[in-house]
Amino acid sequence: MRLDVPSDLDVVGDAVELVAGRLPAGTLSPRRLSFNFRTALAEALANAIRYGTCEDPARVVRVRVELRRDAVRIHVDDGGAGFDTSVVPDPTRPENLEREDGRGLFVMRHLVDDVAFNEKGNGICLTLRAG
Amino acid sequence: MSFSLKKDKSGVVVVGVDGQLIVGNRQELKQKVLDALDGGAKRFVIDFTKTGYIDSSGLGVLVSLSKKIREQGGELRLAGLNEDLQTLFELTKLDTLFAITKTADEALAAF
Repeated sequence: MRLDVPSDLDVVGDAVELVAGRLPAGTLSPRRLSFNFRTALAEALANAIRYGTCEDPARVVRVRVELRRDAVRIHVDDGGAGFDTSVVPDPTRPENLEREDGRGLFVMRHLVDDVAFNEKGNGICLTLRAG
Repeated sequence: MSFSLKKDKSGVVVVGVDGQLIVGNRQELKQKVLDALDGGAKRFVIDFTKTGYIDSSGLGVLVSLSKKIREQGGELRLAGLNEDLQTLFELTKLDTLFAITKTADEALAAF
C-alpha cells in the first residue's frame, strides 16, 4: 500500500484513518491498530510534514505500508534535509517536562517494536509485530 | 472528531474529546479552552472517555493549556483515560504534571 500525503498538518488524521482502514483484518490486534499503529503513524507524518517538507504545499510525504507474515512495516519518507536522531533531548527529564514539543520520537519508540531511520534521517521505518 | 464544552453548576468547564487529539485539531481545542479562560472560567476538566488516541502534539497542547490556566490562578484536570492513554501519560511522565481521575465526575468532585 502506498500513499502520497499532502504536506498539510490538517490532513494527518484523515491519512491515518485511510491507511489504518486498509490494513487487512487481523494483521494487528484491534487494540494495537486502534492505538499503537494510529498514534505512531500520526507522529511520523506530523514530524515529516513539520520538519521534512516544512509544510510546503508543493511537496508530499510518501507512505508505504509493507505487510509481512510476522509484522507490519510503515515507511514514511519526506525527502527533506533529515536530522540527527542522536541529539533529540529526553522529554522526560524534569527540565523538559513542561515543554510543548519534543515528545514525538520518544512516543514512537515506545509504541512500536522497532524504529529505524535511513542514513540521511529523512525516512523512518516503524515496525509493529503482527498480533 | 470534535470537542464539546459544558459548564457544570459550579462553573467547571468540562471539555469532551471525541475521536483523537492530534496535530491537526489541537489548535481548535486550545482556542476553545482559551476562549473559556478569557470568559472567566478557571477550572477545567478534559474528558477523554471517547478518545481513541493522542499524539505528542496533543500532549503538548495539554501542557501548554495547563500552564496558561495555572498562570490565571486556575486548574486543569484530566479524566477518562483508557489503559493505553494512561500508559502514554506515565511513560512521558506527564502523569506527574496533571491531576488525573478515572471519571469526569471524580474530577469535578475533587475541585
